[in-house]
Amino acid sequence: MPSPTIFIDGNEAVARGAFDSGCRFFAGYPITPATTIFQHMLELLPPNRGICLQGEDEIASIGFCIGASMAGFKAMTATSGPGISLFSEQISFAIGGEIPLVVIDVQRLGPSTGSATKGADSDIEFLRWGNSGGLPIIVMAPVDAADCYNMTFRAFNLAETYRSPVIIASNKEIGMTKESVPVSCLQGEALKTRRCADPFRDDIYQPFQPPQDSMVPHFLPIGGKTLVRQTSSSHGPDGYITNAADTLEQGICRMRDKLISNRIELSSYQLDEDPQADTLIITYGVTARAAGDSLRMLRDHQYHVSLLVVKTLFPVPEKLLEKQINQVSRVVVVEMNVGQYVREIERFSGAGEIEFFGKMNGELISPEEIYRAVTS
Amino acid sequence: MSSLINRDRPLIFCPGCSHEPVVSAVDRSFQEQNLAGSDIAIVTDIGCCGLFDTFFNTHALHGLHGRALTYATGLKLACPQLTVLVIMGDGGIGIGGAHVLSSCRRNLDLTLLVLNNFNYGMTGGQYSATTPAEAQTASEFLGQLEAPLDICAVCASAGATWVDRVSARDSNLSGRISQAITNSGFSIIDITGICPGRFSKRNRQPARIIAATSESYKAGMNPNPERSGDEYGHRYRQRSRQLPKPAPPTPITGRSSPTISKPLSILFLGAAGQRVTTAAEILCRSGIHAGLQATLKSDYPITVLRGHSVSEVILSPEPIGFTASDSPDIIVALAAEGVERRFAQISNAGAACMIFRHSGIEVPPTAARIYTFNLSQKGLKPNQWALAFLALLARYHPVLDQHLLHRGLTGTFSGKRLEQAGGVFDVAGAIEPVAVSMDE
Repeated sequence: MPSPTIFIDGNEAVARGAFDSGCRFFAGYPITPATTIFQHMLELLPPNRGICLQGEDEIASIGFCIGASMAGFKAMTATSGPGISLFSEQISFAIGGEIPLVVIDVQRLGPSTGSATKGADSDIEFLRWGNSGGLPIIVMAPVDAADCYNMTFRAFNLAETYRSPVIIASNKEIGMTKESVPVSCLQGEALKTRRCADPFRDDIYQPFQPPQDSMVPHFLPIGGKTLVRQTSSSHGPDGYITNAADTLEQGICRMRDKLISNRIELSSYQLDEDPQADTLIITYGVTARAAGDSLRMLRDHQYHVSLLVVKTLFPVPEKLLEKQINQVSRVVVVEMNVGQYVREIERFSGAGEIEFFGKMNGELISPEEIYRAVTS
Repeated sequence: MSSLINRDRPLIFCPGCSHEPVVSAVDRSFQEQNLAGSDIAIVTDIGCCGLFDTFFNTHALHGLHGRALTYATGLKLACPQLTVLVIMGDGGIGIGGAHVLSSCRRNLDLTLLVLNNFNYGMTGGQYSATTPAEAQTASEFLGQLEAPLDICAVCASAGATWVDRVSARDSNLSGRISQAITNSGFSIIDITGICPGRFSKRNRQPARIIAATSESYKAGMNPNPERSGDEYGHRYRQRSRQLPKPAPPTPITGRSSPTISKPLSILFLGAAGQRVTTAAEILCRSGIHAGLQATLKSDYPITVLRGHSVSEVILSPEPIGFTASDSPDIIVALAAEGVERRFAQISNAGAACMIFRHSGIEVPPTAARIYTFNLSQKGLKPNQWALAFLALLARYHPVLDQHLLHRGLTGTFSGKRLEQAGGVFDVAGAIEPVAVSMDE
C-alpha cells in the first residue's frame, strides 16, 4: 500500500527539519543555491514566534545567529561556497566559544564564485579546516531530501549536546532537486537541548568549566539573572582572557577531546556489504545515489563489491574506515570534486590500493562512470 | 543602584589613556538608569576598547574585529528586555562598516559607543578610517592619501535615530551615554580621545589635530526624527504577529498499482519563461498520484528571464537513486536554448525514445521517433507549451491519464491559474501531431 508522500527538495527539507527541531532563529544572505532555505525559514519562523533575518552579508548573518544562540535560541544559517568563506572567522568563534549552531552549506561548483547553479562537493576539507585554530568540528553529508530533514534534527542535537557548530554539507543537486519522500521517512529523532547550569546552585557561574561527568560545559543564556561571559579570545573556565599556558592547554585539549573521544557516537554511515567483496566503494553526499545504482549494475555482472556511504564526514570515522578497508584488496573513493576526502581515507590504507575517481565540471557522476571506474 | 565596576579586573590602559574616563562614565550611566548587571550585555570586539566588557559585572560578549554589532543584533532580537551596549573602536568601524550602516538603517534598539582614538593603538598606531590626513601614523604616508570618515555624518545619513559626538574627557559624558541608551532605536556616540601610547608619540599637538575633525554633531540629536518610534524589534514583532502560519505540504497517497513497472525518464528542453519547471513539477505530482516515486532535477543559468531551462524528471515504481538519465525515454523539445544544451543526448537517442517536438524547433538527426505538434496554431503561447505537452503525454503514454494529470495540477495550482491550466489541457489534449518524423 503506498504511503502518504510529499514532494520537496533538500532545502525545504532542511528548513522543515530545523523548524521541527525547535530552531527559532535563522539568519541568511541570499546566495544560490542556498537561498530557498532562507525563503522557507522566512515563511516558517516569524508567524511562529521565531525570528528570521536577512543579514547585510554572510558575516552578519552568522554573527546574528551567534548572538541569538548565546541568548539560548537554537539557531541556524545557510549559505554556499563564497558565503562559507566569509563564515570562516565566525565558525572559529563558535568552535572556541562553544556556541551551539547549525550551518548549512549547499555546495556549488568552486573555486571562488564558481558556478552558482552547478553542484559539486567543493568545500569538504574547507569545512573541516577552514577555521583558525584547527580544532575539530562536526560535518555531515546528506544523500537525499529525507536525509536533509533527519540530519538537520541530528545536527541540532549534536550542536546542543556538544556545544559546537555542526555543518551539513549539502549540494545543489540535493538542495534544489525535488523528490517524492514518504512522510514516514521524516522521523527526526528525540530532541536534545543544551544542558544548563543551575543558576541557584552555582555561586559564580563558570561558563567554560565542564562538570565532572562531562567534557562539555553547562550553558546559561546571556540575559538571565546569572551573569554570563562569552569571548572569542583565549580564555579560562571563568571566560576571562588568559595567557596561562596550562589553562589554555587544558581548554584546547578538552575542546578537541569532547568531539574526538565521541567519534563512535557521532559516526553515521550506510554500509551495503558483500561478504565476498574484494572491492569497496567509499563515497558520500549526492554521489552515493549514483554509487547505489552502480552497485546493482556491478552485482548483476557478478562483481563482488561493497559500498560505504559516509554520512558523518568529520570527525573522521577512523575505526569504521580501518575495519572496512582492511577487508578488501582495493578501495575506490568517489567524490564530486578533484579529490578531498580521499586524503582522510588514504591514511588507513594497509596493503591495499586506494584509488580515486572524481569529477568536478558541474555534472553529476553517473552510475555508469562509477561502474567503469570499478571495473577498469 | 551601586557601581557595576568589576573590582577583580583593574584597568590596564596606558597612563593618560582616554579610554579610562569612559569606563567610569559608563558605570555612572548604568547607575543613573538604575540598571542591574543582569539587565545589561556589553558587546565588544577587538582593540584596547575590546577590554571594556571585562571591567564590568554585566553579561559580556566579546567577538571578532568589527563584528560586535552582528552579535548584538541577534542578542537584542532574541532578548528584547536586555540593554545592549556595543563598544567598538575607530578600527572596528572601518572593518565592520557594513554592519554600522545596516544597524543605522535597521534602527534596532542598540547603543554603540565608538571609542575613537584615531589610530590602531594595540597594533602599533596605524591609521584608521577616522585618522585626520595631517596626522603621522605607523602607516607612514598611507593615511595621508585618504579622507577621514565622519562617523556621525555617515550614521546620520544612514538612518540612526541618535547621533552624538563628545570628548572622552567631557564632564557630562555619563549623561550623554544615558541619553543615547534611553533612545529607543539605534544610537551612536563618537567618543573622541587621545591614544597616549601611539598617537601622541608621533603627533606633537594631538588635541589640535583631532579637534579639526570634530566640529559637527557636538550635541546629541536625532537626525532622523521621522523615524522616532520606529524601533526595529518592535516593528518586527508587530509585523510577525500579523502573518499567517504556513500550511505544511499536503501529502499525496498514490494508487496502489503503479501505472508503469519500469523507471521512466522525461527530459524537458525549454527556455526561461516557458514554465518548464512548473510543468515538470505537475508531472511529478501526477506521477506520485499514479503510485510512483518522482525526482525533478533542474538546470538553468543565473539569469531569470533569458537562457535555457532544462528539467529532468524520473518516475519509477522503485526508489530512485541517480536523478539524471543519459538516455531519456521521452524528450520534450520546446525551445532552441534547451535543445542546444542536450544536443548529444538527442543524437544518441535510440528508437525506443519518443521526442515530442514543437513545430519549428530544430533537433539533430536521431533514431528516436519524433512527434511534431503545432500548438501555436491552436492558440497556445510558448509559455503554455510545457503544460500542453503534459496533456499530450497523458494521451500517448500509459504513465499518466487525464485524471492523474488533473490531480497533479490541483496540487500545484488553485483558483484562476488552475482554471487556465485546465483550459490548456483541454485544448492540447485534442491536438493531433502534424508529423511523426522530422518532416512537417
